[in-house]
Amino acid sequence: MQASARPTVPANFTLPGSNHPSRDPATPLEMRMTISKVNFFYGTKQTLFDINMGIANSKVTALIGPSGCGKSTLLRTFNRMHETVRNARLEGEIQLDGKNILAQDVTSLRRRIGMVFQRPNPFPKSIFDNVAYGLKINGSKLPLAEAVEKSLRHAALWDEVKDHLHKSAYELSGGQQQRLCIARALAVEPEVLLLDEPCSALDPISTAKIEELLVQLKDLCTIAIVTHNMQQAARVSDFTAFLLIGQLIEFNPTPQLFTTPSDARTEAYITGRFG
Amino acid sequence: MSGRLRWRKFVSHFMLTMTGLCAFVAVSVLFFILGYLVFHGGTSVSWNFFTKLPTPVGEAGGGMANAIVGSAKLLLLASLFGVPLGFFGGIYLAEFSGSTTAFVVRYAADLLNGVPSIVIGIFAYALVVLPFKHYSTLAGAFALGLMMIPITLRSTEEFLHSVPRALREGAMALGASKWKTIASVVVPAAYRGIVTAILLALARVAGETAPLLFTAFGNRFWSPGWEQPTASLPVMIYTYAISPYEDWHRQAWAAGLVLLGLILVVNIVARGILARGVAVPRS
Repeated sequence: MQASARPTVPANFTLPGSNHPSRDPATPLEMRMTISKVNFFYGTKQTLFDINMGIANSKVTALIGPSGCGKSTLLRTFNRMHETVRNARLEGEIQLDGKNILAQDVTSLRRRIGMVFQRPNPFPKSIFDNVAYGLKINGSKLPLAEAVEKSLRHAALWDEVKDHLHKSAYELSGGQQQRLCIARALAVEPEVLLLDEPCSALDPISTAKIEELLVQLKDLCTIAIVTHNMQQAARVSDFTAFLLIGQLIEFNPTPQLFTTPSDARTEAYITGRFG
Repeated sequence: MSGRLRWRKFVSHFMLTMTGLCAFVAVSVLFFILGYLVFHGGTSVSWNFFTKLPTPVGEAGGGMANAIVGSAKLLLLASLFGVPLGFFGGIYLAEFSGSTTAFVVRYAADLLNGVPSIVIGIFAYALVVLPFKHYSTLAGAFALGLMMIPITLRSTEEFLHSVPRALREGAMALGASKWKTIASVVVPAAYRGIVTAILLALARVAGETAPLLFTAFGNRFWSPGWEQPTASLPVMIYTYAISPYEDWHRQAWAAGLVLLGLILVVNIVARGILARGVAVPRS
């Protein structure tokens, strides 16, 4: 995964919403999601300040920053998981394909925007039932066995589990469990996949497998990933957003952000001077 | 070895011995009771005990078939009434209610749990026996069911709370509604604990005598119906144990042994069934 292998980004790329509230239609990059003027509060404590950014279609967008900078909070607003926390309040607008997600039915929204969490969280069910869960609750008419196989193949887990699909998901290793969670999210064919530090509980080999997987999954869906690991962001992402104490400091194509950051604070962070 | 290290080793060994001893004593109480019951009642437990009605004083043979069936009917009806109320109440408490409501309900349940069983008996007497003008299986089951509610409710709540938040989020992120998440992920993840708690509740009320004295009352014969008085093992033990007859005392011991045996069997069978499910590892 060399930097040169990544698709080049047009020079006229701009941050949607920041300098240009109405995005330049000439921009060749298609934005799947746009986040405009997002402020976020836990009770009276504000944790996100006026965030404006976009998630490019069929690309990997990474959110980086030191602990407590609000990167996970921001990611969780993308599929409205923040609503499961009491006293959480969101201001601003988040659009998926030009429609405000805050005005949509939350359950059908979450079918379109899947999520993988920090620690593997398989259900106390068999491997098969874990993957089939999303299809079952959504009343999918697809043949389950085929759909499960397809998702497990996409998550690069099929060969390891095909002979014991009916064993408990807890018999898998941590890395396998996390790929199972990815398969579970992919089964409902989401348009966007959100990953919240998916490798933070995993060993380096499992991490490498998941990173490899993410690059392949780009063809299938749009990806946004939170990571505390800068190298990971550099390896897998096309765009990187750097957050610091609730503010979006810099949002640029990954090669640019890591080689010629436009903000002194970004440079300080990526060169390890803090965080 | 320095003196300090020797002292530490001594303390460690001492505490290990003490805690082990306490654990041993705690467990041996059960075996002591069991042994005592077998010693006194073992000889009186026979096939007749399970199949025959009680005989008049002085007449040999006879059993407590009616009391065994009576207890089973009481427990069945009590569970049908108490378990769903406690279970769904527990779900509401753990998943839906605000903190004030939860506090009030939890507190009320704890108080109900602490109400002396004889008082529950009087309550059931006033509420069910008096209007029907009959001691009945229904009244007894009502009293026992009332006692099962708080235990089921509180333990359902506790076990649902212990389900990791990550599991709920996993389901909701797939587009499951709140109720769907609870029904298909949270409750299945907690059901071993909940079922165990329900069994403990059942075992506890199975031995209750006081609430049955003036609700189910007692019966020397087969109970003719749900709205008629019925015999039950605990009341039988009570009646037989305070009687002046040597013969009845032996029968009371036997009934105690059978009651304990039945509870043990229910527990072991249920645990066997539960062991087949998938357990959620503690995180």
